Amino acid sequence: MEDTVIQADGLTKVYRMGEVEVQALCGVSLQVRRGDALAIMGPSGSGKSTLMSILGCLDRPSGGSYILDGEKVSGLTDDQLASIRNRKIGFIFQAFNLLQRTSALDNVELPVSYSNQPNDGRDRAAEALKAVGLENRMKHRPSELSGGEQQRVAIARALVNEPAILMADEPTGNLDSKAGQEIIDLLLSFNRKRNTTLLIITHDPRIAAQAQHIIRIRDGVIEEEAQ
Amino acid sequence: MKIKRVLMEMISSLRSNKLRTGLTMLGIVIGVAAVISMLSIGQGAQNSISASINSIGTNLLFLSEGSRTTFFGGGGFGGPRNLRSLTMADATALLDPYTAPDIAAVAPILQGNSTAAANGQTSSTTIYGVTTSYFTMRNETVSEGAAFNDQQVNTHARVAIVGIDVGTALWGQTTGLVGKTILINSQTFTIIGTLTSKGGTSFGSADNQIIIPITTARDRVLMRQGNNVDSIYVQATSASTTTEASTQISDIMRLRHHVAVGKEDFTVTNQADLLSTASSITGILSTFLGGIAAISLLVGGIGIMNIMLVSVAERTREIGLRKAVGARNRDILTQFLAESAFLSLLGGLLGIVLGWLISLIIGKVATALGTALSPAVSLNAVLLATLFSIAVGLFFGIYPARRAASLEPVEALRSE
Repeated sequence: MEDTVIQADGLTKVYRMGEVEVQALCGVSLQVRRGDALAIMGPSGSGKSTLMSILGCLDRPSGGSYILDGEKVSGLTDDQLASIRNRKIGFIFQAFNLLQRTSALDNVELPVSYSNQPNDGRDRAAEALKAVGLENRMKHRPSELSGGEQQRVAIARALVNEPAILMADEPTGNLDSKAGQEIIDLLLSFNRKRNTTLLIITHDPRIAAQAQHIIRIRDGVIEEEAQ
Repeated sequence: MKIKRVLMEMISSLRSNKLRTGLTMLGIVIGVAAVISMLSIGQGAQNSISASINSIGTNLLFLSEGSRTTFFGGGGFGGPRNLRSLTMADATALLDPYTAPDIAAVAPILQGNSTAAANGQTSSTTIYGVTTSYFTMRNETVSEGAAFNDQQVNTHARVAIVGIDVGTALWGQTTGLVGKTILINSQTFTIIGTLTSKGGTSFGSADNQIIIPITTARDRVLMRQGNNVDSIYVQATSASTTTEASTQISDIMRLRHHVAVGKEDFTVTNQADLLSTASSITGILSTFLGGIAAISLLVGGIGIMNIMLVSVAERTREIGLRKAVGARNRDILTQFLAESAFLSLLGGLLGIVLGWLISLIIGKVATALGTALSPAVSLNAVLLATLFSIAVGLFFGIYPARRAASLEPVEALRSE
């Protein structure tokens, strides 16, 4: 059990849209070991984003149990979930989600400022930016950076609190294939060097093929698991 | 989250839309400026009314004929009949050190309107027949010449002290009047002094009057019978003894006029009562003006709420991102509350400055128009306005901030 980062059993999620109930997840069980690189694939509306939200503690499951890095997640308060996201999970989004008003350094520092040790945030943010190769772009605002560079800033932000898991939701969706491949290489290198578990949601089979495991989801259930 | 970080976030967010920030703040600026200037005008009015009441003299009581009930028309029936006039003897009796230990001085007066003529001009003015104690008690000083003395009162001397308006009306000059001859009710008087100008007061011009000895006034100008006087000014020994002095006047006068308690044929008015009545009236006025001004502050607060709601809606995705990287609900709450509180605090401070400028300008305009109104910005008004504007910011900021804090991270991230 020690090297299991994600232990999910029978996760369900039901959305209520007016009178209609929509079953987004119908009992998903999943086990991910520390240091794994996992790709989640599936058509739109298959429930892969819902699964990612629940695994990322952004949303609560309607049923089932979920243990993340040894902590039982079900039944936690909003603040406890915020703390788990802060310490254990780094998110990378398709749309980068950088704050436009502030510099790259400020963006990367943001998770540190919400953590228990907010004081050395400046140094750690600079270190993280160096690790993604942007040591010369620290003072630039997101609008002054290319798409690939912006996603690197987002990766630095995800890494700055040294999380157990990186969760990337279509990280290359807004990039051309060359910049996209660089981002995937970067994510995989952190996965190998730092033993950080990596979850990538993607449509692209070529990207998925670079992961150790691939999970295909359809209609809220895991259709197949492949090595 | 560190306070410094909160402040930096706040400033960068407010700076990102300077026009909107400025306009939102303007609502609070105008509201606070209105409150400050209205309160200061109220305070100024209070000061000038108090000053004009105090210019009558200090620790004064005013004894006049008739009861309050007849004065206000309520005592037409059942009120005292056969009113006794006040007399010189009443005035003398009030100086008795045994029955009236708290009375320092008295000044009986006769008062009437008459026509003054000189230099081919005529002017209608108020004539006061007084004794020598009147001048010190009423703070009347003579700028040129001298007041009359006891001997001139005793000998019914035909001497007059005139206000400067009389000089302006008859000779077109306010100085050099001493030694001139003036006809008052066709009687010849010599001007021996000019009264120091008190300017216009809330009770009409104090400069259009002529003061003559009470004896002369009785015999030659106002033509009164016997030793009657119209009213008596009484000065208490100190501000703290005015109430006792008032009681002593009533006791002595009841005894002299043989009337029972409740059937008085005289009225004692205390200057302090007058002051407190006037100040309660101006107090109500300031509260009223301030209250109306506070409505505009409230409107400014609604402006803040409106803009903060827009801001929350615009930044939903940012809020989702912040929550995703570990911001707790209260971090988001703090961030938005800080913005609205800062907006209203800064607006409040600017409003204080603006309100202070407005009251300065109003004071200058009032002075130019010859009204004795100098608005006074009090520390209390400043503190009140500052606290109120912060409270407005927090109150109207709390709903948008709570709305932001309660957003579900997954839905906030999905919004566009």
